[in-house]
Amino acid sequence: MEHAVVDVNELSRSFADKIALDGVSFRATGGQVYGLVGSNGAGKTTLLKHLLGLLRATTGSVRVFGLDPVRDPVGVLGRVGYLSEERELPEWMSIDELMRYTQAYHPGWDAAYARELLDTFALDPRKKIKELSKGMRAQAGLIAAVAHRPELLILDEPSSGLDVVVRRDILDAVVRAVADDGRTVIFSSHLLDEVERMSDHVTLMHQGRVALSGVLDDVRREYQRSRVRFAEHFDRPPVIETALMIEGGGRSWSVVHSGSLEQFRHAVAARGGEIVESRDATLEEIFLARAGRGRAQAEAA
Amino acid sequence: MDISINLADGVPIYRQIVNQVKYLAASGLIKPGEELPPIRTLALQLKVTPNTIVKAYHELEISGVVQKRQGSGTFISDARPQLALRQRRRVIEQRIDGLLAEAHQLNFTTDDILRMVRERKAAMDESGEEAAEEKKEAGR
Repeated sequence: MEHAVVDVNELSRSFADKIALDGVSFRATGGQVYGLVGSNGAGKTTLLKHLLGLLRATTGSVRVFGLDPVRDPVGVLGRVGYLSEERELPEWMSIDELMRYTQAYHPGWDAAYARELLDTFALDPRKKIKELSKGMRAQAGLIAAVAHRPELLILDEPSSGLDVVVRRDILDAVVRAVADDGRTVIFSSHLLDEVERMSDHVTLMHQGRVALSGVLDDVRREYQRSRVRFAEHFDRPPVIETALMIEGGGRSWSVVHSGSLEQFRHAVAARGGEIVESRDATLEEIFLARAGRGRAQAEAA
Repeated sequence: MDISINLADGVPIYRQIVNQVKYLAASGLIKPGEELPPIRTLALQLKVTPNTIVKAYHELEISGVVQKRQGSGTFISDARPQLALRQRRRVIEQRIDGLLAEAHQLNFTTDDILRMVRERKAAMDESGEEAAEEKKEAGR
């Protein structure tokens, strides 16, 4: 088996009496991009913090490059680039000081790349971190995360609260890390179109568990969205086997479902309906079907 | 390269790229021997993971649309892929379906549309001749 960059096994973690992670397993191999999605509080940030050794596993194991990030922070963090959601940066430093400070921890620091990014972003190195706008903070944090050309790049909600220009800067950095150096990237995002474009693999977290995980194209193939017409008028969503989410009203309903189309066709026919059209579901539809309110509705129906 | 990604239609991104490159090659919009953009360039342009481009180029290579050359890039094969009549019809029919739906929305009849298509074609031919004339003028 290919050596895993990240290997998380049955990881559980509680804060006080709240379960944040519940038996989470997650694997990442080299040169791939992993998108992590899920509602707020689903456990994405908690999982990422375990990879960085910022949190200790209550049960289960976490390995990054085969090392335990809590026991061997130096061995792990020197090879990881991290952009946190809150972009915690030393406020009193200038950008230039931040660069030199980060460089000191990373022998592989690529000064030419750092300069190139500073130029591209038009950041003034003399500016203090505390004077920076939200977008500039993200850009400065991004340079600090990628300029040592880390083997693993971890981005927690990198696009959160940013305008389209800075979002592009971040996506470009991801593309370059993978295309130029064959690096591994794990990023969490609530922007599903971004995840759909940028990810090779997708993991959906829901209430501290992994709701689904796999190669993005495979995951998408497993779900379809069909428009269905019934002979009979329904006031409430009709119960259809394999249906995960049902929207609509009267005779026309739109259904996200898994399993074979043939199976679904039979289930619909059993309720006196027929499929008008079917296509692969989008990531957003899968997300809502597996982790949204639509799921509860379909289950209650 | 003129490729656009549509996330709403449920087709995997690598397949959208494969289909569009096939279409561009079959319709002569990219010529045999022409180089495709490097993986990194196209990934940056489309804002997609580079592995998706790798997958698309690999599939295009298997189907003979492109060739990899050692140490350089990916090039359109010399034999232009001939789309089967059915496939060619499908490409055009999809466009027509969209056009008709929009025409209906905007209150044009099918006859209006047919007439407008001919008018546009005539206008294009004319401006094409003008452009050729200008080229000749400039060449003198």
